[in-house]
Amino acid sequence: MFNIISVLSGTIFGFGLALSGMLSPSKVIGFLDITGNWDPSLAFVMGGGVAVTVVSFHFILKRPHPLFGEKFHLPTASNIDRRLVIGAGLFGLGWGIGGLCPGPAISSLAYASPQVAVFVVAMVAGILIAKKAFPASAR
Amino acid sequence: MENFTPFLSLAGGLVLGLSATILLAGGRVAGISGIIAGLIPPSAPEKGWRVLFLLGLVGGAVLFPIVGGDISYIDINPYGFTDEMHYGALIIGGLLVGIGTSIGSGCTSGHGICGLGRLSTRALTATMSFMVVAVVTVFVIRTVMGA
Repeated sequence: MFNIISVLSGTIFGFGLALSGMLSPSKVIGFLDITGNWDPSLAFVMGGGVAVTVVSFHFILKRPHPLFGEKFHLPTASNIDRRLVIGAGLFGLGWGIGGLCPGPAISSLAYASPQVAVFVVAMVAGILIAKKAFPASAR
Repeated sequence: MENFTPFLSLAGGLVLGLSATILLAGGRVAGISGIIAGLIPPSAPEKGWRVLFLLGLVGGAVLFPIVGGDISYIDINPYGFTDEMHYGALIIGGLLVGIGTSIGSGCTSGHGICGLGRLSTRALTATMSFMVVAVVTVFVIRTVMGA
């Protein structure tokens, strides 16, 4: 059952990214370029997404179990530490350079661009490096 | 602001929220970097759903133009780099995105859409951190390199 939920959720997510304009690194950079020819679209994507999740998650998480599963798998960390801030900062640096974050990068593989494939390979290598070099003790 | 697409972007955002809602109804968080990281050694125990989610992610983008969506807006080289520079930027950017999301436990979807939906202060801190650094990065590339 969860496999069906997962493929359905992934498909809707990929479709939503394409619809939102976020498969174009130029639109992402256009949002981040606040002193240039600013394109606020990304704020509308995040705003729309959070407007839904803030309501739906509230009701889903009130239940003792998920509707389609045995238990919730939620992040357990709650402390704000250096790892979180430095990691997010490095991600922001890479995002600003390439204009791609993990969702759009995987999704854009649909359009068979060699540039996106190179980015995805580098991203996977980055995860591998981080897991080897900076293993989380409490994960 | 001639590239601004408020309606399509808001609609796309609502669809992303729907996707995250469906996955959480199955007990999981739609954090793409985490879903990918679980497939990379040392990997997480359950891999099947992760592969299926990622295949769906590609499939949804395949489906979009088939049902009449316009993908002509996609421009993967926002700074107008030469081919060589662009590949270099994508390799450096990809490595940093992989390392950063792994150390920082999430990206735009996990911290941004899901974490903020759970009103997590960790997610809010991470989102503000990557947004600020990304804005500064773009400013530096635009002004220093004139790209």
